[in-house]
Amino acid sequence: MKMKGADILIECLKRENIGVIFGYPGGSVLPIFDSLYDAGLKFVLTRHEQAAAHAADGYARATGRPGVCLATSGPGATNLTTGLATAYMDSIPVVAITGQVKTSLIGNDAFQEADVTGITRSITKHNYLVKDVKDLALIIREAFWIASTGRPGPVLVDIPVDVQQQECEFVWPEQVCIRSYRPTLFGHPGQVKKAAKMISSARRPLIYAGGGVITSGAHNELRELAEKINAPVTWTLMGIGGFPATHKLSLGMLGMHGTAYANHAIMESDLIIAVGARFDDRVTGRIDVFAPSAKIIHIDIDPASISKNVKVDIPMVGDARNVLGQLLEELKSCPDTGEWLKTLDGWKKKYPMVYKESGRIKPQYVIEQIDAASKGKALISTEVGQNQMWAAQWYKYDYPRTFISSGGLGTMGFGFPAAMGVKVAYPERIVFDIAGDGSIQMNIQELATCVSNKINVKIAILNNGYLGMVRQWQELFYKRRYSHTALLNPDFVKLAKSYGAEGIRVTKKEEVRPAIEKAIEIDNVVMIDFRIEPEENVFPMVPAGEAINRMIGGMA
Amino acid sequence: MRHTISILVENKFGVLARIAGLFSARGYNIISLSVSETLDPSISYLTMVVDTRDEKVLEQVKKQLNKLIDVITVTDFTKKDYIDRELMMIKVSCTAGDKAALESLAKKWGAGVTHCRGNTAIVEIVGDQEKLKKTLEEAKRFNIKELVRAGKIAMATGDLTPKSKTA
Ligand SMILES: Cc1ncc(C[n+]2csc(CCOP(=O)(O)OP(=O)(O)O)c2C)c(N)n1
Ligand SMILES: [Mg+2]
Repeated sequence: MKMKGADILIECLKRENIGVIFGYPGGSVLPIFDSLYDAGLKFVLTRHEQAAAHAADGYARATGRPGVCLATSGPGATNLTTGLATAYMDSIPVVAITGQVKTSLIGNDAFQEADVTGITRSITKHNYLVKDVKDLALIIREAFWIASTGRPGPVLVDIPVDVQQQECEFVWPEQVCIRSYRPTLFGHPGQVKKAAKMISSARRPLIYAGGGVITSGAHNELRELAEKINAPVTWTLMGIGGFPATHKLSLGMLGMHGTAYANHAIMESDLIIAVGARFDDRVTGRIDVFAPSAKIIHIDIDPASISKNVKVDIPMVGDARNVLGQLLEELKSCPDTGEWLKTLDGWKKKYPMVYKESGRIKPQYVIEQIDAASKGKALISTEVGQNQMWAAQWYKYDYPRTFISSGGLGTMGFGFPAAMGVKVAYPERIVFDIAGDGSIQMNIQELATCVSNKINVKIAILNNGYLGMVRQWQELFYKRRYSHTALLNPDFVKLAKSYGAEGIRVTKKEEVRPAIEKAIEIDNVVMIDFRIEPEENVFPMVPAGEAINRMIGGMA
Repeated sequence: MRHTISILVENKFGVLARIAGLFSARGYNIISLSVSETLDPSISYLTMVVDTRDEKVLEQVKKQLNKLIDVITVTDFTKKDYIDRELMMIKVSCTAGDKAALESLAKKWGAGVTHCRGNTAIVEIVGDQEKLKKTLEEAKRFNIKELVRAGKIAMATGDLTPKSKTA
């Protein structure tokens, strides 16, 4: 059957079983919007294209399935870029569709023209410019395939407006076969054997889990491995939820704002089993003194991640879940870790995670109360800054895909639109965006999207009146010269109300829990303005460039 | 150290930009580059020469090249047996009196003198870098008006051919 390009696109999206499109219209996507009019696909009109990209990203992080966003050419597409870069850094499957000016005008500085494939080349896993409507169906199929397999990532498809209007015979490609793209899925058997042997003879093994555990759905295998070899588990920001925080082998997050005991553990361990993690500088600290006596086993789907920052003894390229499965089968004998676990218990007692009470509301307390009020079952997204670190440290995540945060790029303004994507995917779940007063203002316009689509996200602003994380660095490393980090904020309660959302202000500790409970109960978007201790710091903290066990602050 | 790298890629627009982007993002200069179709017109063969002070960085770049969706294989010829060739064209001014000298020089280097026109001649030479260097030295006797060199191309000796990505 002959179909128009725009209809082919919609038909392909349906066949890819997408749940929703987040997008924004414009001149170069009018044919697509016309097809959307009666397509029966769920569409959410955001108030900014950046938010559409983050929402698609949040949807993907929560479900594991590709999120889809749509924008017009030129400014629409450039507004997507921060969202694409965010998804790229965290390996999130997003398919972005952009309109482009007419094929004959490309390169002419036409109205609303931008070289979008050029601009997004380094922030997408792959991108396409569709020059012929006959290629469209295959390109869309490939885009979804590439976005969601191997090491996932965003893929952008740029479609000139005339291609959207042209007709051709629609042929659904049943299979995708890209000869130049074949991710390695299973670990090399020889390497697996060697790794199993190395694990058996370790005395102070430590499992270091990253986002790859979440991506590949390896949480069960990870837990099985940890329990089988009795090894403690620590995780990165991206690995949160990959191992139950309430498990007795859990050490919490490591790194710059990790627990003291996790950081000591990695430095003292004799075998690091890295699963889907990439030894980021926020995790290793000063690299030349990192984990001096440890051998390293590194499981990662991306060969380019291995031996990038640290030298690895046994690299295993493959999907984390598969490789852990292989490893579990191969493991004959398990190490005796009794002494090691005792040492760790000692460190846990010596350097517990604590915060000091004061007359004011402590952000850590707010997070603990959100955890308690939601019985640990909420889906949490975060902005960036102190709020993000407190959300990572003080909520106990027991399940994968429950902590949604921009790790690699650290994008302020991510959390709220991402929460929207999460809530659209799981309308029955409680979804909280843990926000800062700075970050929330980067995409605050999405209150309109939420209210008009009844996407009842709850926003907990940890309002310290500062760009807190930057202020913290200024306090600690720049002699308290608070250069341009104090904020004069709007009245968030009134602001929420003006959008038709609910607003609650909380200024006393005893109001915290009731406010959270009320917010959960209210059948609307709710913004809670928690007036927290303005100069509270995130501790422990490892100063940039220091060894990862040289922590300051807290009790450590 | 200089590395000669060959890359088999899908013959599509934008591929070269993706490859060049990986180098330029790191502030790497590509010393020479040659691209052409292969027997299979859907595949292009790219040979590049890059210089690196940090082998680890190059190792990383090669892995990232391999990650590009349109890249089929990456082969680093360094530490392998291979032959490489470059093409050089030199335009020299050449009066009737010089012509014999120019021709004997060309003969010595297995080069061809083509396109004598008026008082200029173009000499074309194929060879490895060393040969081209020596030829150029000798050719300096003549008044060189222009010099154009093609990027290096390389091929492994023996049975070795680029393998495609593992299944
Ligand atoms: C888009 C963007 N711009 C700048 C930064 C740098 N930055 C990191 S944290 C931070 C402060 C965030 O302030 P706020 O949202 O109030 O969070 P707080 O640290 O106070 O919890 C800034 C400016 C960033 N991460 N993202
Ligand atoms: Mg703040």
